[in-house]
Amino acid sequence: MSLEVTDLRVSTSDGSPVLHGVSYAIAPGEILALVGESGSGKTTAGLAALGHFRRGLVPVGGAVTVGDTDILALAEPERRALRGRTVAYIPQDPALSLNPSLRIGRQIAEVLEAHGMADDGRVTEVLEEVGLPSDEAYQRRYPHQLSGGQQQRVGIAMAFACRPSVVVLDEPTTGLDVTTQALVLRTIGTLTAEHRVAALYITHDLAVVAQIADRVAVMREGRVVETGTTREVLGHPTHAYTRELLDAVPSLDGVAPAGQAGAPVLAAKDISVSYGDVTVLRDVALTVATGECLMLLGESGSGKTTLSQCLSGLAAHYTGSVELDGVPLPPSTRQRTAAQLRDVQYVFQSPFSSLNPRKTIAQSVELPLTRLTTMDKARRRERVAEMLDRVRLGSALADRLPEQLSGGERQRAAIARALVTTPRVLVCDEVTSALDVSVQATVLDVLNDLRRDLGMAIVFVTHNIALAREIADRIAVLLDGGIAECGPVDDVLSRPSHRYTRELLANTPKL
Amino acid sequence: MTAVEAVEIVDTPDVPIRQPGLFRRAWALPTAKIGTALTAVVVLVAVLGPWLGPVITGYGTTDFAGKPFQHDGIAGTDGIGRDVFTRFLAGGSTLLLYAVLATAIGIVLGAAIGMFAGYSGGRLDSVVMRGNDVLLSLPQLVFALLAIAMIGPQGWLLVTVIGVTHAPRIARVARQATVAVVSNEYIRAAEMYAVPRWRILVGEVLPNITGPLMVELGLRLTYSIGYVASLSFLGLGIQPPSADWGLMINENRIALIVQPWGVLLPVLAIAVLTVGTNLITDSLASAAARKEAR
Amino acid sequence: MSRLIVRRLVVSLAVLWLVSLLVFVVTLLLPGDPARAILGQQATPERIAALQQQLQLDAPVWERYLDWLGGVLTGDLGFSTSTQGSVNSLLGDRIVASLVLLIAAAVISTAVGLVLGTWTAMRRGRPVDHTVSGISLVIAALPEFVIGVGLIILLSTTVFRIFPSVTLTRPGAPVWSEPGQLVLPVLTLVLVVTPYITRMMRATMSEVLDSGYVEMARLKGLPERTVIVRHAFPHAIGPVAQVIALQLAWLAGGVVVVEFLFRYPGIGQALIDAVNKRDVEVVQAVTLLIAAVYIVVNLLADIVGILTNPKVAAR
Repeated sequence: MSLEVTDLRVSTSDGSPVLHGVSYAIAPGEILALVGESGSGKTTAGLAALGHFRRGLVPVGGAVTVGDTDILALAEPERRALRGRTVAYIPQDPALSLNPSLRIGRQIAEVLEAHGMADDGRVTEVLEEVGLPSDEAYQRRYPHQLSGGQQQRVGIAMAFACRPSVVVLDEPTTGLDVTTQALVLRTIGTLTAEHRVAALYITHDLAVVAQIADRVAVMREGRVVETGTTREVLGHPTHAYTRELLDAVPSLDGVAPAGQAGAPVLAAKDISVSYGDVTVLRDVALTVATGECLMLLGESGSGKTTLSQCLSGLAAHYTGSVELDGVPLPPSTRQRTAAQLRDVQYVFQSPFSSLNPRKTIAQSVELPLTRLTTMDKARRRERVAEMLDRVRLGSALADRLPEQLSGGERQRAAIARALVTTPRVLVCDEVTSALDVSVQATVLDVLNDLRRDLGMAIVFVTHNIALAREIADRIAVLLDGGIAECGPVDDVLSRPSHRYTRELLANTPKL
Repeated sequence: MTAVEAVEIVDTPDVPIRQPGLFRRAWALPTAKIGTALTAVVVLVAVLGPWLGPVITGYGTTDFAGKPFQHDGIAGTDGIGRDVFTRFLAGGSTLLLYAVLATAIGIVLGAAIGMFAGYSGGRLDSVVMRGNDVLLSLPQLVFALLAIAMIGPQGWLLVTVIGVTHAPRIARVARQATVAVVSNEYIRAAEMYAVPRWRILVGEVLPNITGPLMVELGLRLTYSIGYVASLSFLGLGIQPPSADWGLMINENRIALIVQPWGVLLPVLAIAVLTVGTNLITDSLASAAARKEAR
Repeated sequence: MSRLIVRRLVVSLAVLWLVSLLVFVVTLLLPGDPARAILGQQATPERIAALQQQLQLDAPVWERYLDWLGGVLTGDLGFSTSTQGSVNSLLGDRIVASLVLLIAAAVISTAVGLVLGTWTAMRRGRPVDHTVSGISLVIAALPEFVIGVGLIILLSTTVFRIFPSVTLTRPGAPVWSEPGQLVLPVLTLVLVVTPYITRMMRATMSEVLDSGYVEMARLKGLPERTVIVRHAFPHAIGPVAQVIALQLAWLAGGVVVVEFLFRYPGIGQALIDAVNKRDVEVVQAVTLLIAAVYIVVNLLADIVGILTNPKVAAR
């Protein structure tokens, strides 16, 4: 059966439109990627395929046809009979979507029961299809006893249990690391092909699209702006927005920005951290030179955030030493001198929590100057204005509260706060991970400019190897609390010496 | 380690308009306006009543206007011949004063303890909160009765006991709100710039927990009024021959059928007052919750 | 899991012990000579001397505490100076009478609160929801005695005369021998507590209904009944149990006022009498009993929370 959505219009219950006539069609055995940034309405357009609208949203026109049935014309009990059986849904975050208090076997069997199908070993079978153990003991586990990747495959098993004709996948790999993502994508690809399912794959990641989709629909502000085969859309985009999105995708094949590396400025020597029995970092050593950007690459749990906090004095319980110009820094910011604090600055991961919502941007940016310098009020104001200018935030934004700024603007304000004392080393912890792709590009651009103009050293902490050529001179790959490999970007990307780096590169989706 | 990796957050291209403050958002709700009107009426009666009473009725609060259960005047006389309306007008001021003072003590103590425990964390936090648990296991009214049994029904004791027993309850809320705020990276940033602890508490934490604190303030004021009135009703709060609403209800309830005003007027006043403050509190709570939902 | 429960039990015992300490320390606040403070200015020197002897005022504080605690632990709550009898015989029947009141009110308000809360959570934003929240907001604001007096005016004296406003039981007969007189006290307590349980249940249930797993359950095509009963309700029980426990403790305080108002022969009324007469050991005993009720109820709520959380229970 195919899925066809024609001229679908959805509004909020107070009448402001969310989708302005969205159309897309998927043939059996085909995967259509619905691409868009946050707020584009892609999830609403996807959930409509199940005749489901979240609280506060109502369909006001159009049709959703599965086979020959218009779902929107059906009454609720009839829609319910289709859900899970004919049209199935795979959610974005399995940790939130699996019921924490029911065993996973039970949750899969429940779909079969709801549609009057006997189990007959189907639960076991579908668990095997998604590559999970299927024994009794495994089925009796609770969701929290599984890893993120396993949880997502349980979600997939649940969706495929009734052998549906249409599957809606809502960003199913967003929270997963690249290796698990590759595995889940393979499972999805195999299952859709085998069962001739029409699949709608909702995502913001164009690189994933290149890997899995047959056709692409690009959404923006509640409209589909461009549709076509994956090759057409990614190769020869016709709409300006698609081109903009494509340009913003970090590329592993580009040319790294050339920095003039000078003398070593910050060095970490034999840093080890453990909490109780858990070792987070073991004997890590690295240096970064003036004007150089070092990428600290690692997945969640690799210890990269802890390491960056040791460098900047936010995590004081480590052994080993951090040296600035060969002079050891005290472990905690509370013991560092004003000069030392000015020289090593830190930008936090989330711009949504790193700025006090009750202070204006100017007040937040001024704080380091008030605390760490002897400048008078007038000079501080001048300096704040200059810095906001440098991160391309106009002076008009200076007196706004963070809530009046977009995420990208907030992150640039946070960078301005870190730069206002002209540090010699800037530590950036996952500064783009909470941002949309196009916003990420702007922030990286700002950082590159600043590095060139001010000649400071940057330690750029990230989980995304695809950003390497966009920002870094050298890469240090962190694995289980130790450095697996370290070297210039070109060397590491073209001749990775460690098995883990090779695996990462192989699993990272490319356009 | 970095759960935020998975989250994708709306990046709105157009700049949102600055949200109005907590009080303005609360005021936009009908509950706030109704609540304020109800509260204002009773507060006016309570504050102006002691002066107006003798002017309107010609009797003081302890004057005997005539025989018991007369029906002349506005509301007649009580069981020992005192003018009911005069006593009603005079009976709210002490209640209100005690309630406000008790609430103030509770909010200052509670917020200080809660913020301190929430920001310090660790062992200090758990010791303070376990101590709290002990105090919480006695209902406030029972605690007050225990103290009154030992020292006697005195004004300062009522205020202190009710205020002090509010504190652990407010501290719980303040601590929870503080813990949520302290998990934010802007607190790390302030620590990184070597801002002293007390300035972090006052400058960074306090402005971000005013929502829950205002809600607590309203809630505890409502309860304070209830407790002071209840204790007077039990004969263990404000003492005769003072005119007081709680006490009046106690004195007049035996004669409810003959002289209903002696009970009805104070009951209505307390009811309108507590409903009013509770409506205001509710509007503050929804305004604060709406802010968080953004 | 059982280790967690045992730990929780130990904490409860520790809290109870600290409360006993607190209740004892407060008695040290008695001004001047406690015996004179209790008996008043007119008391004869002989009576004062006798009471001093009885209160063992010459013994050190810790010895008096241990003595008292030992008595409490062996079931001897002390001596009542105003009735000149043992506290046990004074409180015996009253404890039962108060428990009847408390349990009846608790059962009714919990049932009503859970049902109303769930029902309104499923109809969020509709007129029924607004009506129920409006009414509960108003009732929640009122002190116990205002609700009680209101009910007396409405159902016992001025408007209708259906139920008695005072409890009059022949000596020796249990209070429930005339169920009619239980109606108003129980109804008052139910009205005091139900709004809180309703509001909390509505809030928790709303949150659960908006959760990813409830949406997923619907998208799996499960019937709405199954969604509510199997996927939503169990998750609301844990947090709501905590609130119900808090409210029941509140009931224990409210019982004092309600018993006084309706002249109900329970421990609350005994407490008020004792406070008026400075009958110290009765005050201590009743206070400790009420704290014990609170601690036990909270313990039960925490155990419910532990049992309904598979992350803990599966260990």
